[in-house]
Amino acid sequence: MEGIDVNAPGTTQLLMGNEAIVRGALEGGVGFSAQYPGTPSSEVLSVMASVARNLRIHTEWSVNELVAAEAAAGASFAGIPALSAMKQNGVNVISDFLVNVIMTGTGTGGLVLVTGDDPSAISSSNEEDSRWICKWMDMPLLEPSTAQDAKDMVKWAFEISRLVDNPCFVRETTRLAHTRGKVMLGELPTERKTAYFPDVWDMCKPAKSRFTSGPFGILHHQAHERLKRVVPVFEASAFNTYEGPEKPELLIITSGVCYLYCQEAIAMLGLGNRAGIFRLGTTWPLPEQAVRKQLERTSNVLFVEEIDPFIEGSVMEFAASLGASLPPKTYLGKRSGHIPSWGALSTDLVAQTLGSILNVPYKVAGRDAAYSEGLKEATKMVPPRAINLCPGCPHRGSYWIFKNALSIDGRHGLVAGDIGCYSLGFIGAGFFQERTMHCMGGGIGVANGLGNLKEFGFNQPVLAIAGDSTFFHACIPALVNGVYNKANFIFAILDNSATAMTGFQPHPGVGRAATGDPAPRVDMEALCRALGARVEVCDPFDLEGSTRVLLDMMADESGGARVLIMRRTCELVRARRDKGRPYTMRVNPSVCAGDSCGCNRLCIRVFGCPGLIWDKEAGKAKIDEAICTGCGLCADICPQRAIERKAA
Amino acid sequence: MKELTKEPLNLIIGGVGGQGNVLMAQLVGQALVQRGFTASVGDTYGVSQRGGPVASHVRISHDRSYGPLIPAGQADVILTLEPAEALRLLSELGSPSTVVVTNSRPVYPPDVSSGRATYPSLEDLFGALKRYSAGCTVVDASAAALAMGDPIFTNIVMLGVLVGADVAPLERQDMADVLTERFKGPVLERNLEALDRGIGLVRAARTAGKP
Repeated sequence: MEGIDVNAPGTTQLLMGNEAIVRGALEGGVGFSAQYPGTPSSEVLSVMASVARNLRIHTEWSVNELVAAEAAAGASFAGIPALSAMKQNGVNVISDFLVNVIMTGTGTGGLVLVTGDDPSAISSSNEEDSRWICKWMDMPLLEPSTAQDAKDMVKWAFEISRLVDNPCFVRETTRLAHTRGKVMLGELPTERKTAYFPDVWDMCKPAKSRFTSGPFGILHHQAHERLKRVVPVFEASAFNTYEGPEKPELLIITSGVCYLYCQEAIAMLGLGNRAGIFRLGTTWPLPEQAVRKQLERTSNVLFVEEIDPFIEGSVMEFAASLGASLPPKTYLGKRSGHIPSWGALSTDLVAQTLGSILNVPYKVAGRDAAYSEGLKEATKMVPPRAINLCPGCPHRGSYWIFKNALSIDGRHGLVAGDIGCYSLGFIGAGFFQERTMHCMGGGIGVANGLGNLKEFGFNQPVLAIAGDSTFFHACIPALVNGVYNKANFIFAILDNSATAMTGFQPHPGVGRAATGDPAPRVDMEALCRALGARVEVCDPFDLEGSTRVLLDMMADESGGARVLIMRRTCELVRARRDKGRPYTMRVNPSVCAGDSCGCNRLCIRVFGCPGLIWDKEAGKAKIDEAICTGCGLCADICPQRAIERKAA
Repeated sequence: MKELTKEPLNLIIGGVGGQGNVLMAQLVGQALVQRGFTASVGDTYGVSQRGGPVASHVRISHDRSYGPLIPAGQADVILTLEPAEALRLLSELGSPSTVVVTNSRPVYPPDVSSGRATYPSLEDLFGALKRYSAGCTVVDASAAALAMGDPIFTNIVMLGVLVGADVAPLERQDMADVLTERFKGPVLERNLEALDRGIGLVRAARTAGKP
């Protein structure tokens, strides 16, 4: 198969939404791409990095979304088209920069920001709708429905950015990001741009030569005015389409993948002659005249969009502004309760809603009541499948150590958690140890508060945790704060040498760049020591030794922020690198006492590694050969020492 | 199967995170597009790198783009790497006309190992799958992969099973071509062997199943 960087216009490839975004950026002449990983948009930079050398593009995993967006803007100021993708949370991280950059403009390069929203929070801690930032920041917003749209819109977004001299936003959602679809390729540009930051005194080059956010009043006004340039372009855009009867009973206004749900629901219910779909691809600023033309078709309107009523609110606001000149209409959507206000939508949900509005009951095809009832009953035998840390995961060792140390200490200490694989610490996978969990860097942040409550009689040990990538992303200022303000907490960095949750992307601590080239390695313990904090480095698989170190740190009366680095490579990374298993594991059936042990199946019920299973017939624990990674950790938790490890 | 028998043909490829079903679905999608079909492959996986239920929705059409997810009751084929997942998916997406093809080897969830939940007997499980589908083919793809020395080949064995079961417009050569593009040398040889073992498994299962 040809790669994503092949210059073969008119040929087709099966591309994931995120790959289509990369292809669109390549066709749009992107020269600079910076990103911090975040599901569902992580693959954008991974794929871009895979062709970076060939196409001489700068790609980088930045330390966080803010630096990524700022770096991309810097490239755009110097005339190089730049792209930065992020998940919805990242949009919050870059907002302080955005509120300023919309006043300075983005220059001649063009800056495209891609956000991957996550309806139903499938891989997120929230399901924020990031589209609101576009209203807030006077930024144009595009919403692709298919991989083809994603490719075409991202290419176009560079032109839009240059037109309004501001960033152009492209919003995808998980279902688009992670769905592969057929994409027809366009041409790759051959012209290579030169980077140059325009000189203030160079009168021959009238390009903008200053990007400073002041004087405020006039610049804010200009940002509003610049957005207006895109209005006629959006009004005429072929991404806004209508399909259906001339005068439908019901007009659906939709965007993104919901467009496909609407199409399929209409076909399923046979409503093609009663309902019409207006698909908005250019969502903000609202192409008002195009919307008005559609509204005039009918008196009933249904909004179908994920997550918040963004289009719904914009259209109703516009309709209100028309006063009596627009005949009254019934507006249905999230406000009316016809479309859920949270969670991802689906063809089925849309079909149910359409069916109830137009009195065509929706029935699941091919199923009668007896079948559905019988199948539902039979499916009760299927056990739930809780998510878990992987077999061999170092975090299981870390949490085991935290649990035991906090318990031995006896002062009801707690773990202030963060965002990463170890977020599973709030469920059984991490022995329910994690007691707060918010945003990147949020754990050490709240520890700064909890750690300074001594005056109020607070003496519970506070153990803030974060992964190695999260440490670089958002924890350093909070650690400085903890040292400076003498907050009494221990900050455990769960250093597994990867951004594991999102797909093992490298970060400043691993010595490797996005392209795979060697990179300088930032030494986290030297950095923490330089701040004046006590720093200890432990192995999460040394249960006894590490617990002792942690207890000693908790007993440290000198207070202030202390750092415990729990270091062991992510098992999935190790397995790829080393192949094979370090140990061959076995439960010795003559030593395992089964249910008569009194441990109450500690290894399976509490420790919970998926590689340990219960042998019903023997009434004893057993190793699942296909799943066990041979890490050897469980040998140390069995009170009978029945689990044996032998060097493989 | 050479031709597309239905528009669209909805195929689910399911399993448990870590079993390799996302790669399977990607290879299937690629083979379909090379055959000239329009295909969309929607992966549904949550925060679980491993251990959670995972399913890819493959929608095969002559020329149309469909939504990323198969609507309730509209799966034509459910192919799974884990048998309980087949029933879970059948209950969401199946109908009496759905064809089920599954690997027989259970992956026990932690709740089962700990005794908080029970895993059904395979007899009950396959009984329910047969009763509520248009047919259920059961193969031990894990054993075939272990016979090759590594359970990692289970997903490629199941690709062979998909081809052998003749439930999608794909033939051995289509999958072999896609594998040849992706792998080289001895690794390719091993994957082609896994593919052929899968095709053989269906033949054996169907012969054994005849009265």
